Parts: sequence; C-alpha cells; structure tokens
Amino acid sequence: MSTPIPPAASLRRFDRKRPDIASGLFTGLTGLATFGILAILAAILCNILYHGLPGLSWRFVSTIPRKDMFEPESAAVLSMIVGTSIRVMIMTIFVIPIGVITAVYLTEYAASGSIHTRIIRVAIANLAGVPSIVFGLFGLGFFINFIGKNLDQLTHQSGPLFGKPTVLWASLTLAVMTMPVVIVATEEALKAIPPGLREASLALGATKLETILKIVLPNALPGILTGAILAISRAAGEVAPILFTGVAYYMADLPSKLTDQFMDLGYHAFVLSTQSDNIEKTRPILYATVLVLLMLTFSLNAIGIIVRARIRKAMRAGH
Amino acid sequence: MAAITLPSDPVDLVTPPGLLSAAPLIEAKNVELFYGSSRALKGIDITIKEKLVTAFIGPSGCGKSTFLRCFNRMNDLIDNVRITGQCLIGGEDIYAKDVDVIELRKRVGMVFQRSNPFPKSIYDNIAYGLRLHGTKDKSEIDGVVESSLRGAALWDEVKDRLHSSALGLSGGQQQRLCIARAIAIRPEIILMDEPASALDPLATVKIEELILELKKEFTIVIVTHNMQQATRISDYTAFFYIGELIEYDLTTKIFTNPAKKQTEDYVTGRFG
Repeated sequence: MSTPIPPAASLRRFDRKRPDIASGLFTGLTGLATFGILAILAAILCNILYHGLPGLSWRFVSTIPRKDMFEPESAAVLSMIVGTSIRVMIMTIFVIPIGVITAVYLTEYAASGSIHTRIIRVAIANLAGVPSIVFGLFGLGFFINFIGKNLDQLTHQSGPLFGKPTVLWASLTLAVMTMPVVIVATEEALKAIPPGLREASLALGATKLETILKIVLPNALPGILTGAILAISRAAGEVAPILFTGVAYYMADLPSKLTDQFMDLGYHAFVLSTQSDNIEKTRPILYATVLVLLMLTFSLNAIGIIVRARIRKAMRAGH
Repeated sequence: MAAITLPSDPVDLVTPPGLLSAAPLIEAKNVELFYGSSRALKGIDITIKEKLVTAFIGPSGCGKSTFLRCFNRMNDLIDNVRITGQCLIGGEDIYAKDVDVIELRKRVGMVFQRSNPFPKSIYDNIAYGLRLHGTKDKSEIDGVVESSLRGAALWDEVKDRLHSSALGLSGGQQQRLCIARAIAIRPEIILMDEPASALDPLATVKIEELILELKKEFTIVIVTHNMQQATRISDYTAFFYIGELIEYDLTTKIFTNPAKKQTEDYVTGRFG
C-alpha cells in the first residue's frame, strides 16, 4: 500500500503570491552602476583621444623641448616621457623588495593577532589613506632636508647635491606612497598559497627560509606583480608627491644621474593648464600631453600584465 | 562477540615470527601534548617496530594525527603547542635541545591527507628534497628521480612526461608522487596521515599495494579512518580515543580479539 504523493506546488511564476520586485530592482541597479562607470571611463577616453590625437606627432614625442613649450610648433614631451618613466622605474625597484619583505614578515613571521602586528597593519592601512600632497611634504622634510642635507654634510659637498629635489627623492617618496598597495597585494598572494605546500616543503627537511624562497614566493609571484601593476598605475599619474621632491618646470637636458631633477608628464599637464597666457592655443598640447601620459601608464601596465601572464603560463606548465 | 568482517578469512591467527622479533625503532614514553591549556594527548606510551606497518585508528579528534606529527615535529609549527614526555627514534630523544629538526625530517618523511605536489614539474617535485640536502649532480638526481618513481609505482605512467606539471596528474597519481618525493631522500620512517582518504577505491588499492611494498625498506606509521584498510595493510594497530591510547597490539588481535571493550565497540562499528 502506497501513500499517494501530494500534488507538487506549482513552480510557475504567476502563482507566487509576492512578486519579487526587490530582486529585479537590485539586478537593474547593479547593471546601471556598472554601465555608469564604463560610460564615464569611455567619455573621458573619447574626449582625450578626440582632442589629443590631432596634437600628437612623432616630433612631439621624440623631441626634447628647446623653445616655447606653450607654442604648438615647438612643444615637445620627450623629456617628460623619460622623466616619468625613470621615476616610476626607480620607485618600482625600491617599493617591490621592501613591500614584499614586509608582507613576508607579516604573514610568515610575525605572530598574527599580537599587538605589534596589529599596530603595523593599522599603520599600513593609514598610510594608504594619507593624501598624496602630504607624502610630497614628507619627502621634502625627510628625504631632502633630513637625509639629503646630512648626506651633503657627511660627504663635504661644496653645494647641495642630495639636499635638493632629485629624481631619487621623488621616486622614494612615491615608493613610500605606494608601499601599502604592494604589501596588501603580496599578503593576499601569500595567504592564498595552500598551507599544504608549506608543510610538504618543511616535512622534506627544508628550513622556513628555504620554504619561503623556493616554494612560497615563486608561487606568489603573480600576486606580487599585481601589486606592482597597481603601484605603477597609482604612481605614474601622481603629481603632488613629486612637486617638492624632484620635478622641474624646465630642463634643457634629459636627467642622467640620480641627483638630477626631471620633467614629468603629469606636472607638465598642470603647467600647461595653469601657466599659459593663451589657453586656447595651448589646449591641443595639453590634451596631447595627457594622452601621452595615459598611453605611458597603459604600456607600463601592459608590460606588467604580460610578464604576469607569462609567469602564470610557465607555472601551469610546471617550470 | 559479534562477527567482524575481515577481507580474507582470519585463518592465519598464528603470528608470523617476523612481527614479534622486529626491532623497536620509535618509542614514546608518557607523551602529553597541550594546545594552550587543553590536553590533546594523555600520557601515551608506545613502541613501534622497524620495517612494519603500524596503523593508528580511532574516531575523529582522538589525537591520532596529532600524535603522528610528534614524530617529525610538525607540531612545532603550531603556536601554543607544548609537548612533554619522551619521544625516541633509534634511541635518540627527538625533542632534546641539540636535535636538528632538519636532520630529523630527513629521517622521518611524511605523506599528507591531501596530496600536495608543488606546482612544479614531476621531476622537480622529486628533485626538490635532493637539492635541498645538497645533491647537485644531475645524473645522480636523474637516477634518484627514476628509482623513487619506480618505488612509488608511478614510473611507467609518467616516464614520458617528467618535465610536465605535477598538477596535471590524477589525484591518485599525485599522492603516489608525494610518496615518491618522500622516499627520494631515503628516510627510515614514513608517516602517512590518511593518505588514501581523498582517493577513489582503485587509487586506494594502488596506494595500499605500494605501502606493502614499501615496508620492505621503510618503517611505516599510518593514520587511517578506514578499518578495512588497517586490516589489509598493517601489522600492528593502535586504537586511540579522546587523546588516549586505549589498546595497541597485533592488527589481527585488535580486529578479532581485542582486550578492551571500547576497542571492540569501535572496530565492530558500534560507535565512532
């Protein structure tokens, strides 16, 4: 004898007592927000491309500005391209090792949850929230006036060599500013490595250091590169931190030493938009400069992304 | 006594002479382990014999894995762990102050529950331990890679793709690779923490056959949840319950005629 199976409740939509308005509304809202962001980005890019492309020429990007920088015929940005690239590269050289070592300390060595680890984490979070102009002032006070001037005294310089704005100090200031990004990205990458891999290495008789160097860090490399890409993106367009620490309004030559000043694309955009006596005439140059800055940032990022993709591919292939 | 299922008839209740005469290799004396203030292992005494398979069984959380990890000091990695008592391997106290944990772990290898090959090539997985311990000669490494893979019954399946990623192997192959990696540095003892619990039945059979092969050269201590597995592969069985070693005897004895009521209840499936 079998009990009759009760008729199943209908699964059809209109039988539902409460139409799910909230869910539909929320789906619409998320879509709208996404679309809004894309639209703003597209508008900015189109605007810059539309106004910037006419001013762009091979001469513009490959010439050191020698005459009037506000005059379309003589305006050029090679010095700025070189300056911005150099300061971003020097920054990367400093920020990646220091940020990675800090992240390794925090995730692998520091006792999690101890007071001093918590203080370090709060400090990093706060560092990320400091306005960039404050970093600029910090760079002036710390790198130039404190370290630079003392270095000059110690090395008996006749004039200021380190105790003045230089590409080195500007890069270091940017490194301090982007440090939290690298630390957080690296920490996430380290945490994502399965504990089983560490155990396997230690159980084979590896020391903790060997395990970190041979297993943990190589596998965290893509995550570390993500941190580098974010840091580069943030730093390439920043002007405030370099304002007092290394950027120059005009230089006749490309920077050749770490103690040289440099010209910069972002700062040059600022100069063009505030120092011109004929803004209508300068505007095409301004747009072209901004376009070059964007292209430079994108290509620096693209390098990072390509390297990361190659590493991931090599890791999947087992090398 | 309730009948228990053995894979084959327990005709051979006469103990093979080798089991009794085997030399002791690992000795634990009154081992206690604390996580903070809670006592996870309670005064454990055990003597594990050379070149035999010893199984640790017991319900989840009974401390069998924790105890296993005392033998290669993997518990050192956990904060707040304190161990008292003595743990001797070949007569040496492995918790003595002057013991080099690296040397210990070279002598006591480990295979984990979840196979954990490095995201490197099959070859590099096995070469990893060798290179750590200073082997640089390529032909020597080549030789050990081959012999370890043969030892782990994996060579024929992977010999044509030694330099492709270990992550491309199946679960059972990965676990055998982990065994090959462990035996590559020639330990005396291999600890296995539920090595087949994440594998399908066929892969499990392969691991079990491998274990029986490996005991010719290595002393094996294996934690298992699978009681049939314990009867199939182990010579001695230790039954743990809430941090205590309840009973330790020949596997045939534990599964056919245990001395303690708790053991009998567990092996007959009445609890646990």
